[in-house]
Amino acid sequence: MIEVKNLVKKYGDHTAVDHLSFQIEKGKIYGFLGPNGAGKSTTMNMITGYIASTEGTVSIDGHDILEEPEKAKKCIGYLPEQPPLYFDMTVLEYMKFAADLKKIPKDKKKAMIEEVMDMVKITDMKNRLIKNLSKGYRQRVGLAQAILGYPEVIILDEPTVGLDPKQIIEIRDLIKSLKKKHTVILSSHILSEVSAVCDYVLIISHGKLVASDTPDNLSKLAAGANNINLLAKGEKDNIRQHLLEIPGVKEITIDKKTGVEGWNITVSTEENRDIREEIFYKMAENHCPILEMQSRKVSLEEIFLELTEEDQTTSEDKNTEQEEADPQEPTESEKGENHDSSL
Amino acid sequence: MTAVYKRELRSYLTSMTGYLFIFFILLLTGIYFSAYQLDIAYPKFEYTLSAMTFVFLICVPILTMRTLAEERKQKTDQLLLTSPVSVGKIIMGKYLALVTVFAIPMAIICFYPLVMSKFGDISFGSAYTAVLGFFLLGCANLAIGVFISSLTESQVIAAVLTFVFLFAFFMMNGISSFFSEGALSTCITFGLLILAAAIIIYSMIKNFLISALICVIGEAALAVVYVINSSFFAGGIQKVLQIFNLSGHFDNFANGIFDINGIVYYLSVIAVCVFLTVQSIVKRRWN
Repeated sequence: MIEVKNLVKKYGDHTAVDHLSFQIEKGKIYGFLGPNGAGKSTTMNMITGYIASTEGTVSIDGHDILEEPEKAKKCIGYLPEQPPLYFDMTVLEYMKFAADLKKIPKDKKKAMIEEVMDMVKITDMKNRLIKNLSKGYRQRVGLAQAILGYPEVIILDEPTVGLDPKQIIEIRDLIKSLKKKHTVILSSHILSEVSAVCDYVLIISHGKLVASDTPDNLSKLAAGANNINLLAKGEKDNIRQHLLEIPGVKEITIDKKTGVEGWNITVSTEENRDIREEIFYKMAENHCPILEMQSRKVSLEEIFLELTEEDQTTSEDKNTEQEEADPQEPTESEKGENHDSSL
Repeated sequence: MTAVYKRELRSYLTSMTGYLFIFFILLLTGIYFSAYQLDIAYPKFEYTLSAMTFVFLICVPILTMRTLAEERKQKTDQLLLTSPVSVGKIIMGKYLALVTVFAIPMAIICFYPLVMSKFGDISFGSAYTAVLGFFLLGCANLAIGVFISSLTESQVIAAVLTFVFLFAFFMMNGISSFFSEGALSTCITFGLLILAAAIIIYSMIKNFLISALICVIGEAALAVVYVINSSFFAGGIQKVLQIFNLSGHFDNFANGIFDINGIVYYLSVIAVCVFLTVQSIVKRRWN
């Protein structure tokens, strides 16, 4: 459906999108996930032909966006980050204008506009001037414009920004219902949104694709990396030896934390195996008192954070990096995520 | 194209700008008409029109400033540029909407000679030739305004720049008389221009060798032509500046001459400006 090859966008010395390649298949909802400034909007603008790429190609249904722009653009409905609305028009006028731009045949135009306005629930507002609408309604008008003409691909750049919780749920349901007839690509920096709506997630960081998989697979990946953190007293080598005797233990790291009595131990285990009791008895047998024990499941959110932060801390060992991530767990951005996901 | 055309036209006619434009043109026509025709009963309507060509300096920036600058600022250009309509058609739709708005006062102006004919003999031929010339002059000015509006996202800058350029073109006769017509000074001026061009090229591509080469070749060519035939340069600056003398080409129309040259000139100005506008929009996608 959509094929993106080696896409690069440079603004002067700054590389916004860095050799991005992926394919989009029909009938699925794809999610672009990444922190602010990761290059999501730039990528979408390049796919839709609003800006040109520095290198690389985008082809939609076999049509190159730069070589056959009209054919390619006909397959796309696009809602940019800021809905492209004319404030001096009423909703209905705007929809008619959008329908004309998309070259929808005259006999189908009226019915289609009504249908789409019904879908996004703006029929009541159709005679209002767009400048008098609230942010949520403006977003919906923008969405209606993207859906209009039922293009094969609908691209939505942060479709739920600025909406209230009820509207967010409505829009998400609407996006899910679009899957039946369309391919949808949406971008978001909100993880819960992507995992709730999308069939496939592409995580982008610093213009690069750092992971792409289904949300389930990403969670499995996360579940596979269960860790247990221990704070225990005793002799270092002894502890290591005894812990390794427990079935299911894959890896152990032990190090000293300054200012704390005892050893800081991280035990990584095999998938979905709870060995906390076994650790307790083992340590008790060997007179190594456990001061603290904590089981930590790596959530999708942490994977996201880890993947998107990895660029800055590349050379470090994965284990130590996880440990380092621990104390600063509720980082600012994550707080934001949690807040959003609770909506 | 018709979608953009209809939207633009509606937008001009539902907001102040379109009416302000029409109002100014009709106001000035009315003032000059009452001064020349009603007061002193002068039978030539073309004089009225030629006296008021400066109206475009005020009116055109008002009308064209938002054409593309506003789209860019409100990001509505994202809708246009991602829709299956080529940039050329979008610009043509917008330009034709402007021409249509301008055609409204022109249609009213067409009645003036008819009114005059009630009171005596007038030459309809020369009067309507002048009206045609006036219309073409306005269309060329609008095209320049559209192009300048595509360069910036600020309406104010677009309006001021449009005014400055139209004013410079309006005063072109005066400006060209500042320059000497002598062959040597013309040659030196062109030489300086080539040097400036080379410096601009250097600042853009950062390649000293190429820009130096362009500069040396250009200057050498100038020197060779000057040595072989120095009279080639006489009045050269004036010739170049006359290209920009928009209202100067109206003079023939105002004298009642149906000037094919002038028509071709105005249509070329329009074509070049529309082409440059398209290029400036397309180029912006690459930056």
